[in-house]
Amino acid sequence: MTGAENYRITDRPDGQRTGLLVDSERKIEFHFEGHKYQGLAGDTIASALAANGVWLLGRSFKYHRPRGVRSMAGLEADPMVQLEHEPNVQADRHPISQGLKVYGQHYSGSLKHDRQSFMGLLSKFMPVGFYYKAFYRPQGIWQKFWEPIVRRSAGLGKVNLETPHFYYDKKYEFYDLVVVGAGPAGLAAAIQAAESGAQVLLVEQDVIIGGSLNYYRFNADNSDSEKLRNELVEKIEALSNITARTSAYCNAWFADNWLPVIQDNRMYKVRADEVILATGSMEQPAIFRNNDLPGVMLGSGAQRMVNLFGVKPGNRAVILTANSHGYSSAIDLLDAGTDVAAIVDMRHDIPDSDLVIAAKNKRIRIETGSTIQEAVAGNRHVSGARIAKITGQGTCESSSSHIDCDLICMSTGFTPAYQLALQAGGKLNYDDENAIFDITGLPEHLHLAGSVAGLYDLDAVFKSGQQAAWRACNNLSLQSGDEPQLPAHTGQQGINHPWPIFPHEKSKEFVDLDEDLHYSDIVNACADGYAELELVKRYSTVGMGPSQGRHSALATARIVSRETNRSVSETGVTTARPPLAAEKLGVLAGRSFEPERFTAIHHRHIEAGATMMNVGLWWRPAYYGRSEEREQCISNEAMAIRNNVGLIDVSTLGKIQIRGQDAAEFLNRMYTFAYLKQPTGRARYLLMTNDAGTIIDDGVAVRITDNNFYITATTGGVDNVYRSMLWWNAQWRLDVDITNVTAAYAGVNIAGPNSRTVLEKLCQDVDLSAEAFPGNEARIGTVAGIPAQLIRVAFVGELGYEVHVPASQGEALWDALIEAGEEYDIKLVGVEAQRNLRLEKGHIIVGQDTDAMTYPEECGMGWAVKYNKPFFVGKRSLEIRNKHPSRRRLVGFEIKDKSEEVPQESNIVLHGNVVTGHVTSVARSPTLEKIIGMAYARTENEPGDRITIKLSNGQTVNADVIEMPFYDPENKRQEM
Amino acid sequence: MPWGLLKYGFSKKYPARQDIPPNKELKNSYDVIIIGGGGHGAAIAYHLARYHGITNVAVLDKGYIGGGNTARNTAVIRSNYITPESVDFYKESVELYKQLSNELGYNMLYSQRGQLTLAHSDASMRTFRLRAEVNKQCGVRSEMVDREQIRELVPCLNLDKNARYPIIGGLWHKDGGTARHDSVAWGYAMRASQLGVEFHQRTEVTDIKQSNGRVTGVVTNRGTVNCKDVVQAVAGMSTIVAKMAGIQLPIRTFPLQAMVTQPLKPFVDPLVSSAALHCYISQTARGEIVIGGGSDPYELYSTRSSLDLKEGLIGHLLEMFPFLSEVKLLRQWTGMTDMTPDYSPIMGETPLQNYWIDGGWGTWGFKATPIAGKRMAETVARGRAPDQIRPFSLSRFRTYHLSNEAGATAASH
Repeated sequence: MTGAENYRITDRPDGQRTGLLVDSERKIEFHFEGHKYQGLAGDTIASALAANGVWLLGRSFKYHRPRGVRSMAGLEADPMVQLEHEPNVQADRHPISQGLKVYGQHYSGSLKHDRQSFMGLLSKFMPVGFYYKAFYRPQGIWQKFWEPIVRRSAGLGKVNLETPHFYYDKKYEFYDLVVVGAGPAGLAAAIQAAESGAQVLLVEQDVIIGGSLNYYRFNADNSDSEKLRNELVEKIEALSNITARTSAYCNAWFADNWLPVIQDNRMYKVRADEVILATGSMEQPAIFRNNDLPGVMLGSGAQRMVNLFGVKPGNRAVILTANSHGYSSAIDLLDAGTDVAAIVDMRHDIPDSDLVIAAKNKRIRIETGSTIQEAVAGNRHVSGARIAKITGQGTCESSSSHIDCDLICMSTGFTPAYQLALQAGGKLNYDDENAIFDITGLPEHLHLAGSVAGLYDLDAVFKSGQQAAWRACNNLSLQSGDEPQLPAHTGQQGINHPWPIFPHEKSKEFVDLDEDLHYSDIVNACADGYAELELVKRYSTVGMGPSQGRHSALATARIVSRETNRSVSETGVTTARPPLAAEKLGVLAGRSFEPERFTAIHHRHIEAGATMMNVGLWWRPAYYGRSEEREQCISNEAMAIRNNVGLIDVSTLGKIQIRGQDAAEFLNRMYTFAYLKQPTGRARYLLMTNDAGTIIDDGVAVRITDNNFYITATTGGVDNVYRSMLWWNAQWRLDVDITNVTAAYAGVNIAGPNSRTVLEKLCQDVDLSAEAFPGNEARIGTVAGIPAQLIRVAFVGELGYEVHVPASQGEALWDALIEAGEEYDIKLVGVEAQRNLRLEKGHIIVGQDTDAMTYPEECGMGWAVKYNKPFFVGKRSLEIRNKHPSRRRLVGFEIKDKSEEVPQESNIVLHGNVVTGHVTSVARSPTLEKIIGMAYARTENEPGDRITIKLSNGQTVNADVIEMPFYDPENKRQEM
Repeated sequence: MPWGLLKYGFSKKYPARQDIPPNKELKNSYDVIIIGGGGHGAAIAYHLARYHGITNVAVLDKGYIGGGNTARNTAVIRSNYITPESVDFYKESVELYKQLSNELGYNMLYSQRGQLTLAHSDASMRTFRLRAEVNKQCGVRSEMVDREQIRELVPCLNLDKNARYPIIGGLWHKDGGTARHDSVAWGYAMRASQLGVEFHQRTEVTDIKQSNGRVTGVVTNRGTVNCKDVVQAVAGMSTIVAKMAGIQLPIRTFPLQAMVTQPLKPFVDPLVSSAALHCYISQTARGEIVIGGGSDPYELYSTRSSLDLKEGLIGHLLEMFPFLSEVKLLRQWTGMTDMTPDYSPIMGETPLQNYWIDGGWGTWGFKATPIAGKRMAETVARGRAPDQIRPFSLSRFRTYHLSNEAGATAASH
């Protein structure tokens, strides 16, 4: 075949229109492999190229054999091509557009002259699973030498690293009924259900609704389908409660009819009360030598080419068939101007039908009881077929006759498009009598209609759609009339040939074209001991390629069942998994909603030049200044709090309101400390353990009234804390109302010896004096006219107040405090300085100084656990844990030698060569002028001991274990 | 063309080698019954036969060899754990993997390409540093890398400082790698059966018989079989099988989704993971990108696929590799992960004297296959768990002396 011929059908003898999808008036230019071609609006890449006589679209995975289209329905891997931004594009589904640049993929040199096409000659040396049998001696040679060769030669398309992240989005939808597939069954179902009052979504992969009515000739003069199609389409358009989406894929079935429907750049996430699968069936290839050549097509593929695109798939065809479909395509081809050299029918006796009679009347040569033994190759295309008489199951006479042809069409059987049904839990059985799969065991609210349910006769297909709709409507309590009944004739009998598989002594009779697997590969996999279907798949890779076994599962099941002496039902097919069709990652990701949280004061930090850091979803100021000045900034900020006054934005702290008459009891159970007798106006430390006794959070509880607590939790922990509170109280049923108010309040910690003086300027209604408002107390008042909750906490170890105000007032509070503090040279302080200040005080940070195993006694927090309470979460575990010797202990350490490098957090603590713990927090303290830190060490380590810390550079330093806190052990400063 | 393949090219008849022999009749009695014919079960059988002379062994599987989590995992092999006992344990597993193809005469396609784990927060940096330091101390190749080094390792990563989760550093684990997961089970099964071990597929254990604190046999769909010892190696079903023996395990089972794209020409060499984004990938020798991430947020004994987790996972993948937005996902599947409270396995003794457990493998079972086979075989042969796996004993949950691997496991597999 050359590129010079024109295969576009211009007229048909019957005068009927051809090329339902293309517009012959609108020409479109595009490029393939650097050559310019012209197609029509509505063409796919494959149909437009075929119209130009270009059939070679790609090269096969292993042997680099020339390949083209077979189904014209996007079912196989061979017609995958490369676009600028998209690899592995189905050429038989992707539309052409003006200027589109298309390339073949997976070849070296040129698509026509692939330098790797010699691989086919080596196929005897590449038996099934060959890479398991060699390439590993001597040790390491696989990775060093062979793997790079395999990796380079594997893969299909290329990823373009410059491809931008294109726009995709999602939409949620809800329907009474979703009908998947808009062929005759789906259309009948949608209409019936809509007329009964259901809200219906109709999902169709093709560009237009109609399914097989658009391309299949059900009778000789082709009157049936056209009439029916026009009728149905009209009705669908008239029914306002049907939403029809075309070019849309219902790409999976998830539990409870949860369906991703993908159309263009949108994924509809659809929940349906009822689902009808009218997904149709997939015509299956026959297996004979060279059945992979360009020019070997499925009969239905050829009919799509002719009737949807008005392209003649060849000049002279041989049709291999075992059912009436071969005759249907023969008549279509004749009408399209293709010479039909012969119909090779595997059957001995051909039941008369309208189509068969028509073919006979057209004087087409019919060879009965015969098969194609081999497709003859010429110039990367079919050039002929060798025909032989069938002598038994899978055998034929060795003598054969040759027929010249450039097209072979195969119509030897179908398999239901079972994927969604099996994802929903359906079971695939093999009907030995009709040699066909059928599906049973579907969940409630899921129905089948049409050929996926084994119905092939048009009348039966149509009725089954109505019946499924009736049943769905019955479940929806929408009903009228009696249940439609199926006719006696289903058309299933004789649709499938039981064994269209003819191994050849020279091999190259492909079972799986994606993976270049011959008949013998499947047989030999069984012989190697991989005698279960899943093992055959995994060992041979059959069905693992881009078409996921759509054209190989039936043949594989048949071959494996014969090789293992089991029935096909027992052999089964491999598990059907989502997605149905390959789906773009962009579609799955959608708009990639990744929230981030700013405090109410965020913009002030940015204006002040803060370096921000990510803390969970939040952004917090790490320090105020540029990263080059990091150490100096942190040190200055810390000193400001120690000697003067500083301002810290603590808005990210978790905040939870606990109200109700059991509020204190609730806290008493959730936290380790005691809260029943906590006086109102008092703030008390909170320590939370999980049911294993491991520390998971801490904070402060303020008792506002008897039945009202305002509590804080850690920035990263609050969501878990809140969730676990709800979880526990679902069992306890205490009378409390738990509200996560984290985002409702902004919080500012004003700390340092001058903090009271500054705050007093703005707060007149609360007596801030040490006597009236001592440490660990809380008051409600106004600051700068803003209603505020004031809490005296001393996380940083100085006199200080946390001021919590409504988030909307956060920025105003911040500004007012800065203005009031100006005369004292108030300083903004970030997270890093705060961390160092609390380290000087020996306060732990949950998650940094504790890990997923730390319990209170291990880190010096035993004082915060009240074992005399009847219960708290974790109590039982802690009592057990305390009976066993602990293996480590959190200790404070110092390194006085100023020349020593500061260890890093997570540097390990060694005892000899044994790792006994690690540094959890460490800093060079400007206040104390030495390195201080916390580390897990052996339980025996007491103040006065020395521990060895291994630095990241491999050197070790010694540190002295000392008592914590390092700074102001009597807490005098915070109680001023 | 390697010599090993020549015979296939030149022999007239296919020289089949019967890696997995067909089921024989079940005998009345075996010395050891191994429940579960996955990688672990097969490895234990191989080690019993090869190194302890115990060949009267039956491996029973309700499905097919390697059909459970061996078939479903994402084939990551690494030893960059956080506790010294785990690091030592997995380090030996990596060593065994390196020579496994040659030991068994079966190519595992083992490829030590290195694993890069990305940090997006200070907290991650701290955890990674701890892992790097403990790893180095134990002789495992792990180090902290900065953004520039990351750029050199995986140039196509999104290193934009303005990304939603900017990459601030990483943990580079040179010993990390991958292998063909199925072939690990097959290779062990092949050698074990050559040494006399029987593999029984489609043989489901329905009950475990015991008297006086000892197991006496197992009941299967093909009859009852007596035995001296039983090992259970049934990842994803550990609690269910243990319950037949009357043993309660501190395990919760979660579904874990994994997925794979269509094949692509090679563009990324190391394994790349991000704990904060709950996402990790590797590109297989076939060219597919294997993608894994966090578990579904509920307990379930089911391998059904779910949508929502896939969407989030892919969203995060595109944060790391935005240019993949037009690449297509081919298939998703689901494994069942037996999660222990400390993310470490449960190995060795049980309350029944001759019933041994190899379970609690969460998301870390594949990488431990060879070492679990070795140590469990030692356990059965000697009637006592060796010191190397004592930290993983079932009894640790009574004393809370746990082996905390939570920080080294979440979504980095």
